[in-house]
Amino acid sequence: MSAIATKDAVTAVDPIISRPPSNLWRDAAIRFSKNKLAMGALIIVGFLVFLAVFADVLAPQPNFARPIDARKFPGEAGYILGTDDVGRDMLKRLIHGIRTSLIVGVSVQAIALVIGAALGLSAGFIGGWVDFFVMRVVELFTAIPQLLFALFLISIFGGGMFNVILAIALIAWVDICRLTRAQLFSLREKEFIEAARAVGVPSWQIAWRHLLPNALTPLIIAVTLGIPTAIFTEAGLSFLGLGIDEPTASLGKMVGVSSAYIRVYWHMGLLPTLMIALIMLSFSFVGDGLRDALDPRLRK
Amino acid sequence: MVAYILKRLAGLAFVFFLVSVVAFLLMHSTPGGPFDEPNMPLPPAAKANILRKYGLDQPLHIQYINYITNALRGDFGYSFSNPSETVAQIIGRTWPISITLGGITVIVALGSGIVIGILAAVRQNTIVDYVATFLATLGLTVPNFVIALWLILVFAVELQWLPIGGWGEDWRQIIMPMIALGLGPMGIAMRYTRASLVDVFTADYIRTARAKGLAERMVVMRHAVKNALIPIITVLGPRVPDLITGTIFVETMFRVPGLGKFFVESVLDRDYPMIMALTLLIAALWGIVYLLTDLLYTLIDPRVKLT
Repeated sequence: MSAIATKDAVTAVDPIISRPPSNLWRDAAIRFSKNKLAMGALIIVGFLVFLAVFADVLAPQPNFARPIDARKFPGEAGYILGTDDVGRDMLKRLIHGIRTSLIVGVSVQAIALVIGAALGLSAGFIGGWVDFFVMRVVELFTAIPQLLFALFLISIFGGGMFNVILAIALIAWVDICRLTRAQLFSLREKEFIEAARAVGVPSWQIAWRHLLPNALTPLIIAVTLGIPTAIFTEAGLSFLGLGIDEPTASLGKMVGVSSAYIRVYWHMGLLPTLMIALIMLSFSFVGDGLRDALDPRLRK
Repeated sequence: MVAYILKRLAGLAFVFFLVSVVAFLLMHSTPGGPFDEPNMPLPPAAKANILRKYGLDQPLHIQYINYITNALRGDFGYSFSNPSETVAQIIGRTWPISITLGGITVIVALGSGIVIGILAAVRQNTIVDYVATFLATLGLTVPNFVIALWLILVFAVELQWLPIGGWGEDWRQIIMPMIALGLGPMGIAMRYTRASLVDVFTADYIRTARAKGLAERMVVMRHAVKNALIPIITVLGPRVPDLITGTIFVETMFRVPGLGKFFVESVLDRDYPMIMALTLLIAALWGIVYLLTDLLYTLIDPRVKLT
């Protein structure tokens, strides 16, 4: 225990004397670039983002095989990856599905971050009845079955991409809120906060300049790892036919539709599932890599 | 201890009450009712009669009080979409199926996860470790319906070793849903077992145990695993309610007639009694599991004090 305390004290003092404080990020970038798995995953994520951004250029829609419900296997009639159940080019649908997944994943986490961090900050910093109130809301959201809740919201708002994003974000903020609050509670007890308070730094400045930056790294990690979770939830809802509406492509919906054709048109299920797995794995590895890079104490 | 449990139960009852109110309000504020035109085209007088029969014509707070007093007596009402059965009958018919599937999955997944985790920790950075980590990551990140589809494609369509779906006719029907459902929890169990064992291995008392000449097997089983168990219980406890209440994705893919589908159908059909019963069921299970998890700590680690 005492060894850890001395180490903390040294790192807390050292940067101010000898190094510019921006070093955390440069160190993290160096550590990240040495992690082969995370770098590989980052390249794949970059490629997926490229596909998503240029989806309209790469795969202009719509493109139907004729007659319109003609189903093609991969390689058949010029369709490299075959067609889906109503004869749309699978490759194009996959590219647009990736776009949907990424839009949902990133927007959900952005909204969740705003709600969760705001509530978590006020709970952890103001404390008292605000904290009590926020924590009861958090408990409530934990106790209600998530799928049921998302379904409620979707049936209130209606389907469509924006509403799906909103519904998932209203579930996802809870984890971020809890994390922010826990961070603040543990930071408040640290010596450097006590020191800042002792020399008379006003409390809003303590929150803004000392608490927030220190709580930031776990939040970045949580948000990154939350993206695949949100993508998973959207895929799940769309799999059930309750998420993204036609004609917008969604990988989950493609999987859901495919089960009726699984004995013959195997590619209809296999391709979107492979794509979901690729997205989930690459985002998770990037998130894990970020965690190792930003929080070296966790590394073994 | 008793005081602690009572305090926790009181807190649980409060959350339970809140959940029931919120679910009730949410449910009734959702546009569309259980007896709307598209579902049941009826003359207005007949519709009014039906609404009166189910008490849906009364003010919301009266409806809530009626529901809760009946529910506390064990009467959860009739399902709107399957009026021939009570909600309790439907749950009694389908939940055992989900419990069977979920229960077997919990046991197999956690058992194998912990064993593989121990192997991976003992053989750190060998091929065993890498294969185990890969499996765990796959189970953790890839959605279960994706894994379900792969299993069907390989083992039912291509190799034709296992039946493609269904329930209760052939014991092999349970294998694929179990794997699809269990790979995630297994991954968690494996990851945490490995991480916490690796951590424990650096402790002084392990060095002592080795120094006094204890066989490696004894060091691992007697000293290390016991101390590594706590974090595993924290993470895995909360997974249990999810697994035993039926997972719609896996049950749909493998056509298992469990409880899972009602979580979706009841909301879509505005089947109010069913929605309430399911919500309360989940809330109760969560509360109980969290309480049990906390109590288990004290059994495993006498240093933990409940306050």
